[in-house]
Amino acid sequence: MMPDLSVNLCGVNFNNPLIAASGTFGFGREFCEFYPLEKIGGVSCKGITLKERPGNLPPRIAETEGGILNAVGLQNPGVDHFIKNDLDWLKAQNTVVIANIAGNTVEDYCGMAEKLSDTAVDFIELNISCPNVKSGGVQFGTSCESVGSITSEVKKHCKKPLMVKLSPNVTDISEIAKSAEYSGADVISMINTLTGMRIDINSKRPIIRNNTGGMSGPAVFPVAVRMVWQVYNAVKIPIVGMGGISKWQDAVEMLMAGASALQIGTVLFNDPYAPVKINEGLSRFMEENNINSIKEITGSVIPW
Amino acid sequence: MKYDTKDFKLLKNEEIAKGIFDWTVENSELCKLAKAGQFVNIKVPSRTLRRPISICDACENTLRLVFQVKGEGTKLMSQMPVGSYVEILAPLGNGFKLEKGKRYCFVGGGIGVPPLLFSAKQTENPMIITGFRNKDLIILQDDFKKVSDEVYLTTDDGSAGIHGFVTDVLKEHLGEVDEVCACGPIPMLKAVAEVCKGEVNCQVSLEERMGCGIGACLVCACKTKTSEGEAMTQVCRTGPVYNAEEVFYDA
Repeated sequence: MMPDLSVNLCGVNFNNPLIAASGTFGFGREFCEFYPLEKIGGVSCKGITLKERPGNLPPRIAETEGGILNAVGLQNPGVDHFIKNDLDWLKAQNTVVIANIAGNTVEDYCGMAEKLSDTAVDFIELNISCPNVKSGGVQFGTSCESVGSITSEVKKHCKKPLMVKLSPNVTDISEIAKSAEYSGADVISMINTLTGMRIDINSKRPIIRNNTGGMSGPAVFPVAVRMVWQVYNAVKIPIVGMGGISKWQDAVEMLMAGASALQIGTVLFNDPYAPVKINEGLSRFMEENNINSIKEITGSVIPW
Repeated sequence: MKYDTKDFKLLKNEEIAKGIFDWTVENSELCKLAKAGQFVNIKVPSRTLRRPISICDACENTLRLVFQVKGEGTKLMSQMPVGSYVEILAPLGNGFKLEKGKRYCFVGGGIGVPPLLFSAKQTENPMIITGFRNKDLIILQDDFKKVSDEVYLTTDDGSAGIHGFVTDVLKEHLGEVDEVCACGPIPMLKAVAEVCKGEVNCQVSLEERMGCGIGACLVCACKTKTSEGEAMTQVCRTGPVYNAEEVFYDA
């Protein structure tokens, strides 16, 4: 019997556990040139804000050993444009649609959650962890109080399952996760990027125009696995694990640490077919180990 | 199909000037899709990001790619052995718009010169102006002479050709052409755009640090004037070729 790759979070069925991470996949149209989007479990769309944002000046990216730094600065056409021009198309691709929202104020987040609640999106992902914008973003995500208050406020305006995306740039991520859970989060997604910096030694200028950027890619993978494992032991709600997953073995490892589903991002720049290949590897691993469903792998690590 | 990833066989890898390498790669499926001014995104073993390189020339089955070693990724590319296979995402971006019956002047600076060869080949009686910092960095002059009878060479230090900038030559001959296509460093593109302004139409090809190469990640932004006002557009998908008057060169 073929292993069942599907997962269910909050009553929403995903064809497989791989979700494209916000900011790496646009609204899905570009990757549709490579394969039908139903091959991927879900798409977390590019972070959207209440009003259109131009984003930061370039350069917005720098390569690092085993990864990248980016500081795009939430360039996006705004929530109304997304609903009017992209959502119906994306929804028709037979994949789960997650609207990733970011704001400067609590009111921004609540306003967007309200608008999106009346649409066909399957989830709302609360981005309180973007390190690359001047106000808002990560300032909401770095203390238990602020995570708790924004989660509970948004929850009042949100008729969709709410996924709260956590920043790794905190002292104790389990406490933050507990605060999100207590305040009504349905799912935790983690981790967003780690803040980093690169300097051009000839010009003495930071490579990224924003000076600092968010680090992602294989180099952050062990940090992400550790944090997912800590949070898995601290909360009862499901975790969508991400951070440097680039091959099927990483996917298994992240599931074992406690993730119920996965997001992948940076690897797509290296290989746009990565989700398809990771799903194939995952399926083979399950078959060889007589595993029938993804949830059997979730949290199956045997700690020393 | 607009673009895809495929393995290309490396047929030639030769250093043609200091730190500048000349590749010929073979793939019968994707080569014939290439258009003038487009680029490819090359997977480099052990690096997270691909390296975007302009298409210097394209035939039925082969692509010619000329690149400069700038960092780790391009250094690894320069060391790849002939006969090995390279995974390439191609062809990407919007190239130069070339119309029949127009006389074009192709203006290139440094490592911005390669994409102009494929473009010039598709036009009648093109004028070519290329400039380099010094004689050690000069590339592709024999190739351009096969395409055009009017090939001008400048160097910043006067060590070869005309002592001066490409714009010095362009100003003298602007009245002899209908349109200009330029590729090179931003200060050069800005100067070329100023020379052309109000005289002839000018297209410029830009370079920017890229992520995905297909317009999804919004990393390679360029501040541009559009019909709806100012906007950040993506060099990999809206560009790399823009109308010279759309671009904010000092952003």
